This record gives sequence, structure tokens and C-alpha cells, in this order.
Amino acid sequence: MIAEFGQISLILALVLAALLATLPLYGAYRNNQALMRLAPSLVIGHFVFAACAFGSLTILFLRHDFTVANVAINSNLLLPWYYRLSAVWGSHEGSLLLWILMLSGWMLAVSIFSRALPKPYVTRVLSVMGMISIGFLLFTLLTSNPFDRILPGPPDGQDLNPLLQDPGMIFHPPLLYMGYVGFSVAFGFAIAGLLGGRVERDWVRWSRPWTLMAWAFLTGGITLGSWWAYYELGWGGWWFWDPVENASFIPWLLGTALIHSQAVTEKRGAFPAWTILLAIAAFSTSLLGTFLVRSGVLTSVHAFANDPERGMFILAFMALVTGAALLLYAIRAPRIMTGKAFGFISRETSLLLNNVFFTVSAGMVLLGTLYPLLIDFMGWGQISVGPPYFGAMFVLLMTPVVLLMPLGPFSRWGRDELRRVFSPLVLSLIGAIVGGLAIAALLGAWNVRAMTGWIGGLWLILGALSYFFRQGQTRRFRLPRHQIGMILAHAGAGVFVIGVGMMESMTVERDVRFEPGQSLEVAGYQFELHEIAEVKGPNWIADEARFTVSRNDREITQMNPQKRRYHRSGQIMTQVALRPGVFHDLYVAMGEPLQDGSGAWSIRVHINPFVRWIWGGAALLMLGGIFSATDRRYWRTQKSEAQEPVAGSGEVPA
Amino acid sequence: MTPTRKRRLSIIGLIVLGVGAATAIAITALQENMMFFISPSDVHAQTLPADRHFRLGGLVTEGSVSRDSSSLMVSFKVTDGAYEVPVTFTGILPDLFREGQGVIAHGHMSEDGVFHAREVLARHDETYMSPEVARALEKAGQPHQVSMPTTQ
Amino acid sequence: MIRMIIPLAIFLGLVALLLVSLETAEQRKLVASPLIGRPVPNFTLPGLHDPDVQRSSADLQGEPYIINVWGSWCWACREEHPYIERLGNESGIPLVGFNWKDERQDALRWLNQFGDAWTFHMVDFEGRAAIDLGVYGAPETFLVDHEGIIRHKHIGPVDQTVFEDLMRRIMEMRSEAES
Repeated sequence: MIAEFGQISLILALVLAALLATLPLYGAYRNNQALMRLAPSLVIGHFVFAACAFGSLTILFLRHDFTVANVAINSNLLLPWYYRLSAVWGSHEGSLLLWILMLSGWMLAVSIFSRALPKPYVTRVLSVMGMISIGFLLFTLLTSNPFDRILPGPPDGQDLNPLLQDPGMIFHPPLLYMGYVGFSVAFGFAIAGLLGGRVERDWVRWSRPWTLMAWAFLTGGITLGSWWAYYELGWGGWWFWDPVENASFIPWLLGTALIHSQAVTEKRGAFPAWTILLAIAAFSTSLLGTFLVRSGVLTSVHAFANDPERGMFILAFMALVTGAALLLYAIRAPRIMTGKAFGFISRETSLLLNNVFFTVSAGMVLLGTLYPLLIDFMGWGQISVGPPYFGAMFVLLMTPVVLLMPLGPFSRWGRDELRRVFSPLVLSLIGAIVGGLAIAALLGAWNVRAMTGWIGGLWLILGALSYFFRQGQTRRFRLPRHQIGMILAHAGAGVFVIGVGMMESMTVERDVRFEPGQSLEVAGYQFELHEIAEVKGPNWIADEARFTVSRNDREITQMNPQKRRYHRSGQIMTQVALRPGVFHDLYVAMGEPLQDGSGAWSIRVHINPFVRWIWGGAALLMLGGIFSATDRRYWRTQKSEAQEPVAGSGEVPA
Repeated sequence: MTPTRKRRLSIIGLIVLGVGAATAIAITALQENMMFFISPSDVHAQTLPADRHFRLGGLVTEGSVSRDSSSLMVSFKVTDGAYEVPVTFTGILPDLFREGQGVIAHGHMSEDGVFHAREVLARHDETYMSPEVARALEKAGQPHQVSMPTTQ
Repeated sequence: MIRMIIPLAIFLGLVALLLVSLETAEQRKLVASPLIGRPVPNFTLPGLHDPDVQRSSADLQGEPYIINVWGSWCWACREEHPYIERLGNESGIPLVGFNWKDERQDALRWLNQFGDAWTFHMVDFEGRAAIDLGVYGAPETFLVDHEGIIRHKHIGPVDQTVFEDLMRRIMEMRSEAES
């Protein structure tokens, strides 16, 4: 019954989405108030039914209803309840349902928080988002129905992929999807602007908090994914340039460009067409990511099961959505207003440079990700692109970004002088160089990567701090939230750069053969293996290596990595033992038993310096995004347009 | 030409120049980091340059895996049904590595005809099972007649 | 105006590339079999129902046939079984079962339970002949033409789409054999 209820809810949500995409839009076109007034109620209904469908699937999972194929394939009687909950979105079908729920949630939020906006405008935004929802609902119902029954149902199900049985995986997909889907709001605003025929600074301001929020979610999602890969895959790395990772990284890069270009367009009216194009591109690459992950076009460690039919559907959907958006752009964008002129040294130029570098970076990642397809298409063979390509390109493209980032906030709109911009930063620059070299020397990190990491990172942090103090002095430290957000994010980038610099140069990696009783010294730590024991979990059994770690003959900690075998699927999983630290992580993973009768195992021991700073920096970026998005300015001005203060030189893009 | 226009043009010129340079560098970097996918038959058919990296794909030959007793060196053979290529690797093999399963090894061919892998990846597809995996499943105490859902 | 069309043009190029890639995704999924277009390797194997009967690939020369690799341990084989049954009934050519790395008892019980639509089975309990045939796993389905050349290989379970594709190829092979 519950499955059927979920199914019907989905169909009703589709009907409402179809109504939403047509009637109010027509109403906005003809200026028919009655039709436009339908939009908010349709959005509420759409959300309610999407929530019912999602709730139904959750109940089915919690109640072990194995007559539903999706439940039988992704969970079993032994799976703990919290993983049954996350199994709801662990499969392809369920994750689509989550996507739909979030889209309907964003729509609801737009309709609630945008009451003060001109009615035809909000109506168009909601209709455009309704169209996107139609696509996803159809996709779910036609190709990936989570409520399909198998009768008679098996007495027990299979297993959720053990890789996904992890706390990090409970939150990673929802955050990531919140980001992906959130860009549909910016997309909706851009398309609504184009549809209305007038592109104004107002709508850019209205869409800014939404874009910032989506960007913050996406940042959080990617960060969790990286953290998960670090301890779950057992390879000791934090980023692998895997096609699936790239699929989420491309929208992030474009989103970063977008939040900065929106600032320029809102404040100065400059490059509006570019902002619209970025809004379209950020959401389109989110769709592209979905396509790449689910179609089997690219192979990856964590892609969903391949299905060309589904791939065809998403491709057609993407072609329709993005194609129509770009066509509309080609027709309407030339009529867009142009902004005020600006000088060579100005806030506009610095933000333009940000946009160039981030967009080109997105292009590079896209090129590297799709290059194998291109080569195959040309008939030149099957290839893959190695991580060094991405690494080299990023160092090249992000170096200027790091160098210029602190200058941006200090520069004035319109026209400025290099000396005036730079003079408050002289101290930061000196501090960064001296401090960076001193710290690198102190840590014995006497290599180019670590040193540039420290200098670059400190430059960003000190630059953000000096901006904070200068603004603080004039405003008695009562900064508006969007400025605090910017300072947090830029400082976060600095923390991130330090983490990457250290991690990429000072990691100690040892793959060794370990017998019980043996001990090994790595970077001043003594690892001693006592025994290999067998332990049992709720749905797995494992070999567990028991290590004692000591330093200077003082015991510090016990580390017990495991090699698990999951009963249901028979899959083998490496469970890493970690001792996290601010300055370095100890990381031990089990390889495999060596068949020579000695009971020896191959063991991987890593000392990962400053790896927490990578995620810490990313967390600051996310926090910065949230701070900026919740600035009262965006919400207040929607109600009282007239009181909007004239943009002054002190205003800062978030 | 007004000064504003001139300035704008110079900005656009700089951007075009920058993007052009970045593209050129990207293409070069791509060419350098491109790894061709080869099968044991390809190895047999041609002499591969020793200084280039490849991805060798195939199946681990049954009974070919042997370990060095004192180090972490492993050697095994990769087959595509027609030919076999010996592979050596030092380090920790992935969880899904098994005889009879598909693997992809990154590395280069040496002159003695052995493929030296720097990295070994194993692939596992759930609907496409090897007997070993199925048996492991059975051994873990799961009755093998029931409970596999069919989706039709 | 023309400047504004550039993004659309780039995007359409991208869609075209993805479309082509999607079409060929199946082939790239695993290493393409080097045996396609080559003769079936020669092997002689015992039958399943009667171990004394030796079955050889040479016996089948002269007409097209299907080889289906399966095992009672392989649950995807169970999934594709209805379609394999249809292949046996509707293709009009022999359907050879290649029972791989199985136990005789298990295999016979499996056939009893699900139905035996194959023309006959050969068994390869050790998996030696399977290596010659380039078998990666089960299920796999091979099409061999009347000259003994492997024309096509499908990796993974047969579903409706694959079934239709196989039938089309079988009809082609049959008409070739007749002409």
C-alpha cells in the first residue's frame, strides 16, 4: 500500500508541476492575476506530494518491505536503521527522489521568501523551476521508479554498497544535491529575467542570496565527499580527479565565478549577459554531472550502475533545458543593458579576472574529463587523463587567483590606483613571506610546494584580516554579514592552500610487510603490531590489526584498522584507523594477508600533515557563503527598493 | 577611439591572450598525461615505447598470482583470452583484486616484456559476478538459492 | 548577435559528443573481446547431463549457433533466464550452454528448477576452455556464424533490448548461411 501511495504521490506531483509550468507562466505573459496567484498553491502542493513520495520510500526501507525492488536491492535485515535511512538515497532511484524533494523544497522557499518581488517575475521563476521538476519526475517515473514491486518478495534483501555504509555518506549526497539543485534557483531567476525581456540589476540582487546558499551547500557536499574518500577508500588521498569528483567540481568553479560576477552586475550593471550565461552554465553543468555519473559514459570508482537508457533520457533533458536556455539567451541577451565604464585598475577588473580564471579552470576540468570521449570519438584509441594534468593546470590557474585575491576587496569600483590598493597590504605581504618561510623552516618543510603553500596561504589570511581591521576601524567592528562572509571565505581559501601545500609535499607514505610483534618507526612514531584478531559487526566480520603507537617511548594511542567482509554481498572493505590531529593525521590501513604462513599482512602507514586544514578551509568557505547569503541587505531591499543605499566604495562582493 | 573603448579592448585582448595561452598549455599537458588503454593482444602485436605510461586492462589469470616472501612485490598475469602479459607491482592491491577478475594496471612495459605497474585498480560489477565472489557469498553463510531479487 | 550564439554552438557540440559516447558506452565498458571476427577456438568438453558424451566446437561447424555462458552460482543468469529461454525457442538455431566453474549437482538442480531451454550443455568446471574463449564472467552470450567465426559477444545479462538486438543479428547470420 505504501509503495502505491508513494507512486501516486509522484504522479500527482508531476501533474502539479505540469500545471505550474504552464498556467501561471501564461498568466504572467498576459498579466492575468488569477492565473499567477495559482503559482504559490501549486508549489505547496508539489512540495507536499514530493515529501509524501520520499516519506513513503523511507518507511518502506525502515519496515524492510522487500517486495519493493529498490528496498530488496539496497538493504537487508542486518542493516542498522541509520544506514537504512541513508540507503533511501544510496541508490540511483532514491537519490532522484531526494533530488525532486529538494527541488520542490527550494521552490517552496522561493515562493515564501520572494513575496515582495514583482508578481510576474516570481511566477516566471517558479514556472521555470516547475519545468525542471517535470523533467526529473518523468525521469523517475519512466526509467527509475523506486516503487517497482517484485512479487513474491525475497525473504531478505541484498546489501547497500559497503562503501556507502558510513556516516560521511549519510550527509554527502544531500548536501551535494542541495547545491546542484540550488543552482536551479539562479537559473530560474536568469531565465525569468530573459523571458521578461528586461534584465535589471534588481533581479540579480534577488538571486544573489540563493546562489550563495546553493554554493555554500555545494562546497559542503564536495568537502564531505573528499573527507569520505580520504578515510573510506583507504588510499590516503583527499582528491583523486576522478570523473565523478570532477562532475561536482565543475559546477562549483562556475558557481564561484557566478557569485562574484553577480556582485558586479548588481552593483554596477556591468557584464549582465555574462552573469546570465554563468547562471545557465552553473546549473547546466550540474545536469551534466548527473548525466556523467549515471549514464556509464565515464567509468569511475563511485559511479551508479550504468544504464544507457537512463543516460539517453538525461541527455535529452539536458539538451532541452540548456539548449532552450541558450537559445533564449542568444535571442534576448543582446537587448540587455550595459553597465558603467570602469578603469583598468578597479573592483570590476579584479572580479572580471576572478571570473576569467575560474571559468577557464572549469573549462580545463571539463576538457580533461571529456577528453577520453573526444579521443575515442576521433577513433584514436581508448585513453584516460592522468591526475598530473589536473594538478599542473590548477597550480597554473590558481596561482594568479591567490596572488590577486587580497587586492580585490581593497579596490574601488570604477577606477582606482594600484598604489592605493596595494599600500594597506604591504604589511600582509611582508608578513606572509617572512612568516611562510619561517614556518616552513620550523617544520622542516624545505621544499617549493610547502613554502609556496605557506606564503600563499598566509597572504590570503593576512590579507583578509587586514581588510577586516580596516573596515572594522571605520565601522567599529560592526560589519555587515556579507563582508564577514567574504572575509571568512577568503581566509578559508588561505587555510585550504596551506593544507594542500603541506599535504602534497610532506606526506610520509609507507607500504610495509608487518608481522605480529614487529614494529616500525615512521617520522618519529613507533608503530607496533600486537596481533591480528577477528571481530564481528552487525553485518560483517573483520580481521583487525591491533597497533600501539608511541612516541619517545610514551604510548600515544591504539590504532585498529580492519579488513571487513560484508555477509550479504561478500564484499571486502578496508576500514582505516585514523588518529586525527591539527598538524598531522596518523593513518593506518590494512592491505592483505601474505600467504607465507607467517601471519604477516601488508600494511599502509601514512603521516598526513595538515590534512585537516584542507577541510577546515573548505568549511570556512561554506560558512562564508552562509554568512553572506543571510545578510539582511538582500532581504530588506526586496521590501523597500527605494531605500537601497547607493553602492559605495566600501561595499564588497560576497 | 575613446579612452574607455581603448581600455576595454586592451582588457579583452589580455583575456583572449590569457585564455589562448591556457588552452595551449592545457593541450600540451593533456598530451603528456594521456594514458592509452591497451590489452594483452595490443602488447603482443606491437612494441610499446618503454618511456610511456599505459593502462593495461584484462583479467587476472587463474593461478598466476605470486608474492615475494620478503617484500610487498606481487607478480601476476593479465589475459584477454588471446594473450597474456606478466605484470609486477609493489604495494598494496585493491580490495577487489582477485584471480579471474578484471583489473586495470597503470604503468609501463619494460624491455624484458614485463609490465611494471605503479597502480592497480580492480573493477567489480554486481550483476556480473565471478564464481569466486559468488562462492565467497555462499561461504559467508548465505543460502544461495533464495533471496536474489530479479527485476523483470 | 553572432557572439551570443557561440555558447549554444559549443553546447550543441558537447551534446553531439555525449550522444556518440553514450551509443558506444557498452563497448567501452569492458575490454573489447579480441576474438570477435576470429574463429571459435577448438575445444572438446564433456556434456552436462551425460559426462561421457564429448562435445566439440568442431561438431557445430556449418550452421550458426549461440553459446551462452552460465553457472548455477550466478544470479544474473537467473535474471536473464526468461530471455535465454526465448532465444532457445525463437532463434531457430542451436543454443549451446557453456556451464562454467560449476558443480554438476548444482547445475542439474538449477536446470530442473528454472527450465532447460538449451540444445545441449558442455561443462568447463576448471575454466580452462573459458580462457581460450575469452570469458570474463557469467553471464556472457556469443554468436557464432556458419563459418565458425565469432560474430558478436554480449557481456552481462540479456534483457529485452539485448534480446531484440541478438535476434536481429541471428536473423542476419541465418540469411547469410542460407545464401
